[in-house]
Amino acid sequence: MASALLQFTLLLAVMAALVVPVGNWLYGVLTSERHTAPERLTYRLLGVDPTERMTWKRYGLVLVVSNLVLLLFAYLLLRLQGLLPWNPAGLRAQAPDLAWNTVVSFMTNTNWQAYSGEQSLSYFSQMAVITTFMFTSAATGFAAAAAFMRGLAGRDGTNLGNFWVDLTRIIYRVFLPLSFVLALVFVWQGMPQTLSPSVNATTLEGATQRIALGPVATLESIKHLGTNGGGFFGMNAAHPFENPTPLTNALHILSMLLLPSALTYTFGRMLGNLRQGWVIFGSMLVMFVGFLATVYSFEQAGNPILSRLGADQTLSAMQAGGNMEGKEVRFGIAQTALFATTTTAATTGSVDSMHDSYTGLGGLVPMTQMMLNNVFGGKGVGFINFVQYLVLGVFIAGLMVGRTPEFLGKKIEAREIKLTMLALLAHPLSILGFTALAVTLPSALSSLNNPGPHGFSEILYAYTSGTANNGSAFAGLGANTPFYNLTIGLAMLIGRYLTLLPMLAVAGLLAAKRRVPVSSGTLPTDTALFGGLTVFVILIVGALTFLPALTLGPVADHLQMLKGVVLK
Amino acid sequence: MTLPESPTRPAPLVRLLLSGLLAAVLLTLVTGLAYPLLTTAVAGILFPSQAGGSLSTRNGQVIGSAVLGQNFTSPKYLHGRPSMTAKTDGSGPEPYNAENSGASNWGPTNVKLAEAVRERVAAVRRENGLSAGTPVPVDLVTASGSGLDPDITLAGALLQVQRIARARGLSPAQVEGVIRAHITPRQLGILGEPRVNVLAVNLALDSMP
Repeated sequence: MASALLQFTLLLAVMAALVVPVGNWLYGVLTSERHTAPERLTYRLLGVDPTERMTWKRYGLVLVVSNLVLLLFAYLLLRLQGLLPWNPAGLRAQAPDLAWNTVVSFMTNTNWQAYSGEQSLSYFSQMAVITTFMFTSAATGFAAAAAFMRGLAGRDGTNLGNFWVDLTRIIYRVFLPLSFVLALVFVWQGMPQTLSPSVNATTLEGATQRIALGPVATLESIKHLGTNGGGFFGMNAAHPFENPTPLTNALHILSMLLLPSALTYTFGRMLGNLRQGWVIFGSMLVMFVGFLATVYSFEQAGNPILSRLGADQTLSAMQAGGNMEGKEVRFGIAQTALFATTTTAATTGSVDSMHDSYTGLGGLVPMTQMMLNNVFGGKGVGFINFVQYLVLGVFIAGLMVGRTPEFLGKKIEAREIKLTMLALLAHPLSILGFTALAVTLPSALSSLNNPGPHGFSEILYAYTSGTANNGSAFAGLGANTPFYNLTIGLAMLIGRYLTLLPMLAVAGLLAAKRRVPVSSGTLPTDTALFGGLTVFVILIVGALTFLPALTLGPVADHLQMLKGVVLK
Repeated sequence: MTLPESPTRPAPLVRLLLSGLLAAVLLTLVTGLAYPLLTTAVAGILFPSQAGGSLSTRNGQVIGSAVLGQNFTSPKYLHGRPSMTAKTDGSGPEPYNAENSGASNWGPTNVKLAEAVRERVAAVRRENGLSAGTPVPVDLVTASGSGLDPDITLAGALLQVQRIARARGLSPAQVEGVIRAHITPRQLGILGEPRVNVLAVNLALDSMP
C-alpha cells in the first residue's frame, strides 16, 4: 500500500513538474514565426503555402482531405503486403474488411486492433503503415487542438492557423526527436529493435520456442507519445518485449500524459490567462486521482471466488497479491492500475494487463473514463472535449442565474450550443446505439468470450473504446468479424470527426465574435469554483447518460462476483 | 471553397488532393521508414544484445530470451505462471508460445476461470506436497496478461523449494539461496514489484555442481 502510494505520487509529481516546461515548449512550436530548413523543404515538396491563414472551414477541409488520402494510401499498402519487402514470415495481406478496420482505427488515433500484430503484419507494414499513422494521426489531433485554441484565444480574427504547418512542426519538432530518444531508452531496457526474422530457441526442457521479433521500440515510443496505443504484439504492453521493466512501464505512462497535460498550460499561455489553464489541469487531475483510487482498490481487493478456491490474494512482503488474472508480476497491482487509468484517460488504448479479466467495478473505471472522454484526453481531442463541457458549464450556470452565458469574453449563443450538443450527443448515441444493435443480433453475440453481465460489458466496452478513439478492449470479444469490423469502424469515425469538426466550428464562430467587456455579471471561468462546477457537469451528464448501461454490465458483474456466483 | 476572409487564395480541391497524396508519401518515407531504420542502426550499435531480443545462449545454442518466460514442467525446475498462449495456427494450447502472445480474457465470474484456478491450486498442492487448504500464491494459479510473464513472486518461488531440492538432491537451503540471489528488487527502489526471474533461477540451478 505504501509502495503503491509512493509510485502514484512519484509519477504524478513528475508529470506535474513537466507541465510548465513542456507547455512553454509547445507554445513556441505552435506560435513561432520561423520555419526551419526541413520544414521549408517539406512545404515546397507538398506544394503548399505555409503563410496561408485558414478559417475553420478551410482548416477542417484540409484536415479531412489529407486524412482521407492517407487512409486510402495506407489501405493500399496493407492490401499489397504480400508483394512488399521486410516480410520474413511471409504473411499474407489482411482481408478487405479487416484492412478497412485497421486503417480507420489508426487514422482516427483509436488503434483498435481486430488482428494480432505478430500474426498479421509484416515488418514493413508495422513501420510504413502503423508507425506512420501513429505520427500523423496524433499530429492531426494535436493540430486540431491548436487551431481550436487559436479560435478561442481569438487573437487573429477568424484565422485558426495553417494545418500543414501545424502537422509538419508537431511531427518534426516534437514527435520525431522525442520518439528517437525514448526508443533508445526502451531498447536499453530490453525492447527489441531489429529487422531479423523470428528466432528458434531450445528451452531448458528441450522444447522449441519460436520468438517473434521486429522493429518494436520505434513503434512503442510514438505509440505512447502520440497516445496511439496499438501494440506491436497481440498482448500489447503486457508483452515483455513491449514493456520489459517497471521503468519502461513508468515511461509509457509518463509519455502518455506528457503532452495532453502540458497542453492545458499551452492553452493558458495562448489565452494570456495561465489560471484558466491551471483550472483545466486541476479539474482533470481531480477526476484522474478519483478513478485511479477506484481501480486500484478493487483490483487489490481481488476476486473472492478465487480466494474460496484456495488462491492467496493478500498483499504481503512476499507478493503484491490482488486479482492477478491477466496481469504481470513485474508491474503488480499498483503499476497496472496506474497504466489502466492513464491509458483510458489519455485515450491511448494500450494495455499492460487484460481489462477483460478485471473485477466488475475495476473494469468499470476504464470504461467510464472513455465514456467521459476528457480526463486529459489524447493528443488534443480530450482537451477539445473538456472545453465542450466548459461551454456547457457556462451555459448551465448562465441559465441558473438568468444571464447570457459568456466564455472567454465571447457570448455563447444558440448556434454554439447546438454544435456543442451535436458533439456531446454523437458520442453516447454511437456507444449505446451500436451496443443495442449488437445485443439484438445472435451472430454478434456468438463472438462473446464471457457469459452473463460480463458478456454485455464486452460489447459495451468495444463500442465505447471505438467511439472514444481509445482502442483498448475487453479483448475476449472475437471482434474480427465483418459485423464488428464495420460497425466499430463507423463508431471510430463518428467519435473522431463528429467531435472534432463541430467543436472546430464553435471555435471559428467564437473567433468571429466581438469581445464583450468583463462586467459584474460575468461568470469567471478561471476559478476553482468553476472548475468544480465543470467536473460536476461532466459527472452528472455522464451518469445520466451511461449509468443504466453500466448497471447492466460491470455493476451487476461485480455484485455477482461478491456473492460468489459463477456463470456458464 | 473560396473564402473571402482569407488573405491568400486557397488552393482548389485538386491541388489539395495532390498535396495530401504527396504528404502521405513523404510522411511514410520519413516517419515510417527513415525513422525506424535509423533507430535500428543506432540501437544495434549501442545495445546490440537488447535490440536483438536479449537472447541467452548456452553452449552456443539459443535457449530463450532473458525477458521472456518459457514453459517449465519438470519437478527439478522452478515453475512459472500459467500461460494461456495457443499454438501459432490456433489449433490448441501451447504455453509460452513467443510468437503468439495471449491471455484468457475470462471475466471474474466465468466458470472457466473458477475451474482453471481450482485445478491449478490442486496441482500446485500435489506437486509440492502441501496439505489441502494451504493457500497458494495467486500468481501461481492465474494466467498472465502476455502468456510470457518471465517472473513469479517470492512467495510463489519459495513454495517450490522443497520439491526442487528433492528432485535435484540438494538441500532446501541451497535452493533457497539460489532463489534469494536472483530476486529482482523494485527498480530504482520504487518502481514495480520485487520478483524472481524463473529462467535465471533455472539456469543457475543447472550450473550448480
